[in-house]
Amino acid sequence: MSEFLQQLLNGLSLGAIYALIALGYTMVYGVLRFINFAHSDVFMVGAFIGYYLGKLVPENTVWGGLVVLIVAMLGCAVLGMVIERLAYRPLRGAATLNVLITAIGVSLLLEYSGQVFFGATPRTFPAVFPSVNFTLGSLVISSNQVVVIVVTALLMVGLQFIVYRTKIGTAMRAVSLNPKAAQLVGVNNDIVISFTFGLGSALAAAGGILYALNYPSIDPLMGVMPGLKAFVAAVLGGIGNIPGAALGGLLLGTVETFVNGSQWSTYKDAIAFAILIIILLFRPAGLLGRATVEKV
Amino acid sequence: MPRPHLYLLLGLLAAYGVSYFSDRIDPYHLDILIGVGINIILAVSLNLVNGYTGQFSLGHAGFMSVGAYLAAAVSLFLGPKLLGEEGGTAFQQGLMFLAALTAGGLGAAVAGLAVGIPSLRLKGDYLALVTLGFGEIIRVIFQNVEFLGGALGLNGIPAYTSIFWVMAFVALSVFTVTSLVHSTYGRGFLATHDDEVASEAVGLNTTRYKIVAFVIGAFFAGAAGGLYGHFKMTITPTGFDFTKSIEIVVMVILGGMGNTIGVILAAILLTLLPEVLRPIAEYRMIIYSLLLIVLMIMRPQGLFNFKFGKTKL
Repeated sequence: MSEFLQQLLNGLSLGAIYALIALGYTMVYGVLRFINFAHSDVFMVGAFIGYYLGKLVPENTVWGGLVVLIVAMLGCAVLGMVIERLAYRPLRGAATLNVLITAIGVSLLLEYSGQVFFGATPRTFPAVFPSVNFTLGSLVISSNQVVVIVVTALLMVGLQFIVYRTKIGTAMRAVSLNPKAAQLVGVNNDIVISFTFGLGSALAAAGGILYALNYPSIDPLMGVMPGLKAFVAAVLGGIGNIPGAALGGLLLGTVETFVNGSQWSTYKDAIAFAILIIILLFRPAGLLGRATVEKV
Repeated sequence: MPRPHLYLLLGLLAAYGVSYFSDRIDPYHLDILIGVGINIILAVSLNLVNGYTGQFSLGHAGFMSVGAYLAAAVSLFLGPKLLGEEGGTAFQQGLMFLAALTAGGLGAAVAGLAVGIPSLRLKGDYLALVTLGFGEIIRVIFQNVEFLGGALGLNGIPAYTSIFWVMAFVALSVFTVTSLVHSTYGRGFLATHDDEVASEAVGLNTTRYKIVAFVIGAFFAGAAGGLYGHFKMTITPTGFDFTKSIEIVVMVILGGMGNTIGVILAAILLTLLPEVLRPIAEYRMIIYSLLLIVLMIMRPQGLFNFKFGKTKL
């Protein structure tokens, strides 16, 4: 039983990170109807900003960790907006396939530029947050897991607030519902889309830092697998649906952790894709999504 | 005789002719030529799916690996039993190799069917991700199967691949794809690409067309994988990762989706380029990715597409 609880805890903290990344996929899909492949590499850049910054701030302090987290989020928000401006905006209204190919191009560009600038060898992520282990009965809780869950929960509440209680959030929902109608009632679509990219990228950066805290070996290709899994999480929950992304992330993280602890551990990377294929076959709209009919 | 058939015959004759003189060609150049040929097969077959039919597959390397492993397994495990200790005559080896390549191709085609049926009901982005995911699943499976060498891969595959086999399969793949697309039946691929809803409205079974394109594409990817395995003599699961798929996709896009000649030119260019650009090899993927972005913004119809007028993708 205690082993089950331990695995559940590990799963939830991994799932929380997937959820953070999945939110970025889902929000961009919501306003632009395309999968931002480069999202997983923004996640990687976030971790690298944390790596370089982590050397400058004192180690093992809460405020040092928070500074790293916030600066990385801001840096990636800017990166996300720049990507949108340079690569995606010229293609607004182009065929889906062209946008998809561009997104793959941006993703590869970030990965391989990272290999040239940061080097391809894995680095050890500095311990920016203080690290202690609490024991609760037979349960071992590391402070990093607590940080992950607390930060994720705060960011989700903040996101929920932005999307449902602010003017820009209302505009985001309007663009997601119908971009043309939104424009007609005076929403500036460019600003909303740019903001969405910034917000999603900031969440990815937070995910990158939190991931690197728990798995402190970072390299320029580190984003590929978590990124793909987070995407699966977004689809699992229903793409374009914010609570869905959170639910999908937590579910996927938990399932993966349990598989990892079983005799099938070598197949853990395949499990996410198996889930993706099953969900697309039986419930393409996702767990919380609503099926839509294509209009001609 | 219809023209495509004539070209196929000419291609096979040329393959035979070149192989006759292959002793006199510099081995380094011969290796590059074989590499070019294998990439042409991959690019032309992917073009049937991504170009003509307008579906976006990112799993071509996955099919290639299925073919490579199956063909290698046939020559490694079945070969010695059938050919005996001596290894058989050249003719017997040739037949053996043909059987291995066919097995590889058919295996990949079955994999294509298995992936295609569930995933081709999806569109664009989802299909790209499912095919990508499939490629990863295949890699994980090969890494875990001890019988096929696990993560170390298969070694000591007989070096059957010669310039004749490569050129013959290039001719066969180009012939199959062009005559298929230009046939009455094959118009359905283009229709599916142009407008799926309209095609269905006039009674075309678009899902079926997509699956057929997928299976044929996978067959040639598998055959190319078999050629590749018997050329390098060693295969590892990581050799067929996402990067390989992307490389093939770049060839198709650079050549112009749905333009076989352009795709062949792009495959040649992109195979020769790394040889010339060895000093800046680490920038190769950066150049590829920038190419993708710039092409999509400036010239989405591809570099080698010289059709006049408005080109619709």
